[in-house]
Amino acid sequence: MTAVTPAPPSAAGAPAPTDAAPPNRPGGRSRLPAAAGFACGAALLFAVAPLALSDFRLALLAKYLCVAMVAVGIGIAWGRGGLLTLGQGVFFGLGGYAMAMHLKLADAGPGGMPDFMQLYGQLDELPVWWRPFASPWFALPATVLLPMAVAFGLGSLVFRRRVRGAYFAILSQALAAAMVILLIGQQGTTGGTNGLTDIQGFFGYDLDDPVNQRMVYFIIAGVLLALLALARQLVHSRYGELLVAVRDSEERVRFLGYDPASVKLVAYVVAAGMAGLAGALFVPAVGIISPALIGIVPSIEFVIGVAVGGRATLLGPVLGAVAVAWARTALSERFPGTWTYLQGLLFVVVVAFLPGGLASLWALARRRGAERAEVSTS
Amino acid sequence: MTVLFGQLFTGISIGAVLLLVALGLALTFGQMNVINMAHGEFIMAGAYTTYVLQQSITGAGLSLLVALPVAFVVAGTTGMLLEILLIRRLYARPLDTLLVTWGVSLMLQQLARDIFGSPNVQTRAPDLLTGNVAVPGGLTVANNRLFILALALAAVTALTLALRLTPLGRRIRAVVQNRDLAAVSGIPTARVDRTTFFLGSGLAGLAGVALTLLGPIGPTMGTNLIIDAFLVVVVGGIGQLKGSVIVAFALGVLQATGEYLTTLSVAKVIVFVAIVAFLQWRPQGLFTLRTRSLA
Repeated sequence: MTAVTPAPPSAAGAPAPTDAAPPNRPGGRSRLPAAAGFACGAALLFAVAPLALSDFRLALLAKYLCVAMVAVGIGIAWGRGGLLTLGQGVFFGLGGYAMAMHLKLADAGPGGMPDFMQLYGQLDELPVWWRPFASPWFALPATVLLPMAVAFGLGSLVFRRRVRGAYFAILSQALAAAMVILLIGQQGTTGGTNGLTDIQGFFGYDLDDPVNQRMVYFIIAGVLLALLALARQLVHSRYGELLVAVRDSEERVRFLGYDPASVKLVAYVVAAGMAGLAGALFVPAVGIISPALIGIVPSIEFVIGVAVGGRATLLGPVLGAVAVAWARTALSERFPGTWTYLQGLLFVVVVAFLPGGLASLWALARRRGAERAEVSTS
Repeated sequence: MTVLFGQLFTGISIGAVLLLVALGLALTFGQMNVINMAHGEFIMAGAYTTYVLQQSITGAGLSLLVALPVAFVVAGTTGMLLEILLIRRLYARPLDTLLVTWGVSLMLQQLARDIFGSPNVQTRAPDLLTGNVAVPGGLTVANNRLFILALALAAVTALTLALRLTPLGRRIRAVVQNRDLAAVSGIPTARVDRTTFFLGSGLAGLAGVALTLLGPIGPTMGTNLIIDAFLVVVVGGIGQLKGSVIVAFALGVLQATGEYLTTLSVAKVIVFVAIVAFLQWRPQGLFTLRTRSLA
């Protein structure tokens, strides 16, 4: 893990210390530690966790890993690109609903309708926009492509007109609000507040069977590792350097002849695709997708895990997201009020006083260690 | 025709609430470029202040009148505390301020839950404000809506006059236009920031009092309003009040018309699409301060 200095996204026009960049570029470092870390992570996810955890705990971990996928995307968009997206829940939801619609239709059988439709809508036939989702060849690509398309649409409009910083954050949040209101309002065709629940099967496998739940866990763990590898490639490419440059000094990048709007757009679309995939895998793991899981509050909660772990690092968001989600489950069951206070405090303390997240503590400790080693040898 | 005017009035009254909430934001967001997510909780503070006062003052009308200044001070002081303790340290990092104040808003909501309980509470409206007024043309408008409209207009007028005429207003405008130059000219910018935050948060308290006339009071009442209010400020353009006033009413009417023609949920989406489209045309908002900065 080669950490770029986790500088907070500076205000527009503020001079960025780019001149002091160290000569050894991240891409030039040895690949060995990264590969070793990757192998360690894979061993942990594929061997240790399934052996050590009960079925119940493993299902919880699968849920956390979905949140971690969203965090990887936010790490790219926010940590590297300075785009604070407070609406990742929208993309998570689009992916989740696309998957859930397909699974509901598959449960209902050919020509059948999802159970809730007769309940609320008294619909005689399937709404037109539901129909394509009966085919897995449409639904599966849609879980990723649909969120990416929405992000592309909003992003290309917004970034080209140089709407940025806090304005962008507010717009992305408003998108989440609009999406939730729309879902709840169209109860007859979307399931309303309840969402799409009671999903039984996953491409022919019964989800109540613990063996199949484990299979879902392995799929999720594999996808998360793949996304991490993708994120590492992206971050260490020339594009990744450019993205950090746009974060730190957008005007300078523009004067150098690049188009910051498209650089940001790519990061936003990639983050949306990752969130969509996470939503799609969340559905078989948990068996439900509902507006409460994708609204303003969950959207901003995706961000806190990233902030805690270290927004500008590769692994920080993943570990932070899993840790926060775990702490939430552990504490909110026993002390619901305390957890809310703690969550608020976490936002305040981490973002205000430790903007680099826990990863910066680690980097600090390592630097201290290196200094001490230097002193002792001289 | 009656329907049209009815919808227009509904829209204006939605706009008045938006305006009351957005005024304080226009001040703090405009001056300090700070997104204060806890603004919604200052609204809540104002609303609960009204509730508490009504427990001790029996007359609903009197308690409402007392609540207006008290809520202003309560919310304003909370806001000033937040500015001193946290926001002041984060001026160079607007996005981080957003997240930090969100954390504060979570804690304030939970505090309200612990003090007043999770279920919503209700205040009694004074008799004077429960009825309807018949307007020529066969139209009736609700008294409480009229009161809120009047309160919003009074707040706008008072704020505009204060910004135009008082020494404090002059200092605030100077800091908004050019913080560095203002500081060089001897304006204590830190103190001006604190005062602005007091005023902006106090206005949220007033909005809270007004909202008790429209519905129940709950710990999360602010969250739903705050995003719409931010959109008002973003679309109106920061650094001045004129834009926010126009946009608040325009969005209110758009929302009401959309709701009438389709449904509430579709209307929300229409408003969002309209805002994104508008920002294509004027990305800096309706009115902007002319500056020489690149952004």
